[in-house]
Amino acid sequence: MDLYEHQARQLFEEHGIVVPKAEVTDTPKGARVIARRLGGRVVVKAQVKTGGRGKAGGVKLAADPAAAELTARQMLGMDIKGHTVGEVMLAQPVEIEDEFYVSYVLDRAAGRFLAIASAEGGMDIEEVAAARPEAVARIPVDPVEGVTSATAARIAETAGLPPQTVDVLVRLWEVLVREDALLVEVNPLVRTRDGRIMALDGKVTLDDNARFRQARWGAEHSAHADPLEAAAAAKGLNYVKLDGEVGIIGNGAGLVMSTLDVVAGCGARPADFLDIGGGASAQIMADGLSVILSDPAVKSVFVNVFGGITACDAVADGIVRALDTVRLTKPLVVRLDGNNAARGRAILDERAHPLVEQVTTMDGAADRAARLATTA
Amino acid sequence: MAIHLTKESKVLVQGMTGGEGMKHTRRMLAAGTNVVGGVNPRKAGRTVDFDDRAVPVFGSVADGIQATGADVTVVFVPPAHAKAAVVEAADAGIGLAVVITEGIPVHDSVAFITYARQKGTRVVGPNCPGLITPGQSNAGIIPADITKPGRIGLVSKSGTLTYQLMYELRDIGFSTCVGIGGDPVVGTTHIDCLAAFQEDPDTDLVVLIGEIGGDAEERAAAYIGEHVTKPVVAYIAGFTAPEGRTMGHAGAIVSGSSGTAQAKKDALEAVGVRVGGTPTETARHVLAVLEAGR
Repeated sequence: MDLYEHQARQLFEEHGIVVPKAEVTDTPKGARVIARRLGGRVVVKAQVKTGGRGKAGGVKLAADPAAAELTARQMLGMDIKGHTVGEVMLAQPVEIEDEFYVSYVLDRAAGRFLAIASAEGGMDIEEVAAARPEAVARIPVDPVEGVTSATAARIAETAGLPPQTVDVLVRLWEVLVREDALLVEVNPLVRTRDGRIMALDGKVTLDDNARFRQARWGAEHSAHADPLEAAAAAKGLNYVKLDGEVGIIGNGAGLVMSTLDVVAGCGARPADFLDIGGGASAQIMADGLSVILSDPAVKSVFVNVFGGITACDAVADGIVRALDTVRLTKPLVVRLDGNNAARGRAILDERAHPLVEQVTTMDGAADRAARLATTA
Repeated sequence: MAIHLTKESKVLVQGMTGGEGMKHTRRMLAAGTNVVGGVNPRKAGRTVDFDDRAVPVFGSVADGIQATGADVTVVFVPPAHAKAAVVEAADAGIGLAVVITEGIPVHDSVAFITYARQKGTRVVGPNCPGLITPGQSNAGIIPADITKPGRIGLVSKSGTLTYQLMYELRDIGFSTCVGIGGDPVVGTTHIDCLAAFQEDPDTDLVVLIGEIGGDAEERAAAYIGEHVTKPVVAYIAGFTAPEGRTMGHAGAIVSGSSGTAQAKKDALEAVGVRVGGTPTETARHVLAVLEAGR
């Protein structure tokens, strides 16, 4: 899960990394009040979880509280690469002497974390890395040892950062480990005119799997923008809303992804991704189906199950149970294979709902569901 | 011969006395796996009856190894305790640890995979269905009865797609099927399995199943180009996945221009791997390649 800039800077601050004074608001009036509190002149920054915000007009300097209010009014509700601005952060401007880049990222290939650092921060680090790879230091971090002062000194020296950044490198590693983050990035890390090292902007991605030991990740962090995703999450379902017309339910992430592709190959667009997981009960199946059927964009539903740990008769029971509680108005194409498939198919045959149709192959069922959605 | 798992393998189950552990130990035994014990410090000395087999419970992996000569452990313990379980198994000198547990924090996976590697323990997973050598042994949760022994090797990030391909090619049969897991960091990679299948005299062809996220498939393609002389047929899931959204597996996410299904397909095709558009088409490619080689 990605954090907003203001959440990332809060974590930095808690771990002793210096950040400029700043506050967040979701109203223009609030922006005026905050700007006054921060001394009048402020940087107004749109809070969106995407890069390229500055170029899109999401970062602006305001000379006084009135200008801050006006700028906030323009920014709130603005669309930046498909992300709507719901909040702005107002920060005290800083006199910059030098800009650097530092991050710790997961190196999947090596199965460990990697420190990336450059004396040329502030601009698009990807461009620097592509044009002059020698300007960006990439140093693997030993998972057992972590980043000690000695390691941090080596990172700083290799990247050409001043010695004062060593402390920040150690603290940033603490953020990564203690907060169970998959990515921490400071860009730019700056040296101010008065010689302080400060994190001006940051990005943090937390590991959803670590929720059980990161108790303070409250509802704020897990908020789902989409109401269907929120409803699915409340039922413990693995669900992603997409923008097509065929509702897709299956068991196992790989098979559901594959089902989306096969449906798309048949000329329709998937409306969603819903994985009922391994060993799913009839209840989970019924819950999943009710979420999909409540999506007005869905024109047909494709249930694709390969029973391994999951038993197809339980899936069929779940479908029948859902038919008893939700009024089915859209065609449902079902393909059951694997564990207890014959029993599952028989259960659906017996129920004989006029809108439920069984097709025995994945490709055939995808084609049928796509056709029903595009001709409906 | 098969890779990593044979009928000689002696299997311990960490977390055997839990709900999932009990269910799957029963299935493993039914598939012919030589399950020699479970591990639970609080239930040491007891036995658990699975139909006609009484399986002893040991207080530690080390005790289990000492008593039985176990060389494989299958880990079913909850995410919060998975790291300790694998570290214990590696300390005890187990050869292979198959980590079924889903939802382990990445920092823990990095730690136990690094540790196990230093101790000489191979980790398969985490968040994987395990591996099966049909007719010989089954370490994990892959359904054993959908296929039979044969000469295809399979390596996959996805459990259900493993089952789908096993089923579609059930008449040909498999040497070993390995589900490596869909997490960002896994102990055994596509490349590890390709290398093992290349060396395995009982494997004629390898099916590789990948998905969006990371660059494991691109690296596998480079490896195939340089080292693999056996035919490889691949399937990649996630062509329709939007950027920035995690599609079920923690590692299945397209970020920026990297990790797309198309990039993976292109890399594999560039080294002569046939890539199917659907699981069914992938199975047809396998049949065609085997037919042509006959």
